[in-house]
Amino acid sequence: MHDILFLGARLLDPATGLDSPGDLLIRDGRIAETGTGFGRPEGIPTLDATGLCLAPGLIDLRAAIGEPGFEHRETIASAASAAVAGGITTLCALPDTHPALDDPALVEFVLRRGAATGCITLLPYGAATKQCEGRELAEYGLLLEAGAIAFTDGRRAIGSARTMRLALSYARAFGRMVVQHPEEPSLAAGGAATEGELATRLGLPGIPAAAESMLVARDIALARLTGGHVHFAHVSTGAALALIRTAKAEGLAVTCDTAPPYFDLNETAIGDWRTYAKLSPPLRPDADRLQVVAALADGTIDAIASDHQPRDADDKRLPFAQAEPGGAGLATLLGVTLARVHGGDLTLLQALDLLTARPAALLGIEAGRLAKGAAADLVLFDLDRGWQVKAGALPGKAQNSPFDGRALEGRVLGTWKAGRRVFGA
Amino acid sequence: MSFSFPILPDGHLLAIEGLEPPHIGALLDLAENYALLNRQGKTQRDLLRGRTLINLFFEDSTRTRTSFELAGKRLGADVINMAVSTSSVNKGETLIDTATTLNAMHCDLLVVRHGQSGAPALLSQKVSAAVINAGDGTHEHPTQALLDALTIRRRKGRLEGLTVAICGDVLHSRVARSNIHLLTAMNARVRLIGPPTLIPAEAARLGVEVFHDMKKGLDGADVVMMLRLQKERMTGGLVPSSREFFRFFGLDAEKLAWARPDAIVMHPGPMNRGIEIDSAIADDPERSVIGEQVEMGVACRMAVLDVLARDLRRNA
Repeated sequence: MHDILFLGARLLDPATGLDSPGDLLIRDGRIAETGTGFGRPEGIPTLDATGLCLAPGLIDLRAAIGEPGFEHRETIASAASAAVAGGITTLCALPDTHPALDDPALVEFVLRRGAATGCITLLPYGAATKQCEGRELAEYGLLLEAGAIAFTDGRRAIGSARTMRLALSYARAFGRMVVQHPEEPSLAAGGAATEGELATRLGLPGIPAAAESMLVARDIALARLTGGHVHFAHVSTGAALALIRTAKAEGLAVTCDTAPPYFDLNETAIGDWRTYAKLSPPLRPDADRLQVVAALADGTIDAIASDHQPRDADDKRLPFAQAEPGGAGLATLLGVTLARVHGGDLTLLQALDLLTARPAALLGIEAGRLAKGAAADLVLFDLDRGWQVKAGALPGKAQNSPFDGRALEGRVLGTWKAGRRVFGA
Repeated sequence: MSFSFPILPDGHLLAIEGLEPPHIGALLDLAENYALLNRQGKTQRDLLRGRTLINLFFEDSTRTRTSFELAGKRLGADVINMAVSTSSVNKGETLIDTATTLNAMHCDLLVVRHGQSGAPALLSQKVSAAVINAGDGTHEHPTQALLDALTIRRRKGRLEGLTVAICGDVLHSRVARSNIHLLTAMNARVRLIGPPTLIPAEAARLGVEVFHDMKKGLDGADVVMMLRLQKERMTGGLVPSSREFFRFFGLDAEKLAWARPDAIVMHPGPMNRGIEIDSAIADDPERSVIGEQVEMGVACRMAVLDVLARDLRRNA
């Protein structure tokens, strides 16, 4: 069962820096051998992977799934099918559901539903505060015992400095990070686009880019004060990245991720009132996008997350300011990241590192590598095969891709979870 | 009048931004013609005969709705007014439903006012009618800019080279945005005057000069265009009080003296007397052209309906 021999693949393992042609043997759902020198056992099905890339299954640090409470947008099962089509085998689910994942029983429910999909490892975050309302801390210890991976209020910023201080202090006792949506809530309230010339022309209420950097600055100070680990999600501005770079140099427990829209698109994508490109944080001017690309290349950014936020037509077919922010991102995570490889900004190993080993290290999980004995979570992709993103034809339920119409090079051909093929014919 | 090029190539009038100077000039020429005919009491009731014009207003309006109604009737259209109470609209969800309804009614010309920027553009993708934006959120109010430009042109003989000061709550003003686009396209010099809290971000990148001091801003102005300050802006904390606003940014005789002696005063209405404009100025027939703005409004809307109806005939 679940034995397979890949032949002639380009083996890519960012954890060890491996990038060379070779074979890979799966036995009993685990990686048994990699390389060229091992003997070929009899009676095991083979897969000719000549010219194709074989890498650890992707670890998505941040995705909203509709369950519980918003099943009309996405269910755990539909999110899992989109994830594996994107090469993702481990998915961290945000807790700002309805009800919020602030109770051990709810964490267990999500874990159970995730396991029932049989194709991904679903790791729920616990709510950082009760009902993700930013006031009282949730029960971190009990949530961890139930299986929570870390703590966050999802797309809600923890606005109160006192609450954030307590969260960082308390989470430190359990050695877990607190993930912040870095946007000062009172400055961002009611905003629909990044404040600036474009928002002024469109007559849209603006969110100043400083709303991000000022919350990052505050929370860096709180990390210094508490010794806690703060992780900033979907960082989108050069100013915030500069602060994070300095904090890292100081040795503080400060990390961050970004999402593909922030290094692939800029604010002009919302022209013609395209609500699929309405995101939170909002898309930025191109100067910020370039800073995000630079921070991916220099290592300031620790991971690329899909930041998947499923929305349905009723959420999006509205005047721009009334439309719900958020974009579907599971199926396009790898393809859009590879665009930066084709563009020469990142090496292939760097790009995969941001999608596998580095998020695994942030979460402290055994995944994201091609080591002998490790669970055979794998993605097989063609680095050069072209395809076009088409909202309406994406895997999973959510179709609200900000990349609708984008031509990409790099297509997932197969995904394996613990040695079992969960995507691709 | 006939034109050798399509004046509104999209088949809608959603914004001034994007219109080329020849298009604007042609619309103004046509409107001027209608102003003349209106004064002579002549009508052209065959032009839109058999056409249905629907005024779809999601926000209260008397002036603009009446103006479009009159324009439509003078050209012979069947005019229907639909007021959609904002309270019954569930977050704009009915916008798409409304579009479906309008298509079933075979509406030809749709005049839309909506509290959300971009709502007429969204409707235009869903309806078969030609859509005219009668004000959307804080985005644009194109026919207001046309009527303002026509009023200025009639009084000053030109737009090019004039200095136009737009004063007050620019941040929330669709009138200001449309005027900025139109006047800068026609090579007028545009100044914005207001407290920094009421000037939109990066406004200078629209090709205007920004002033926070009325004396400097009005110096040498040919046209002083006042904007309405909505009461809720005070409660929103953007301005401390109406008396402070009037003291520094309200137009009275003393401040108007800083502009050119022949400067005209405009206001899109409805006015807040004593907040952004002193009654003595608003009612001064030597300076105020507010009445003429209303008259030109009907003429400009006739011109827009005429142009869009030509496209309807072409496509029929």
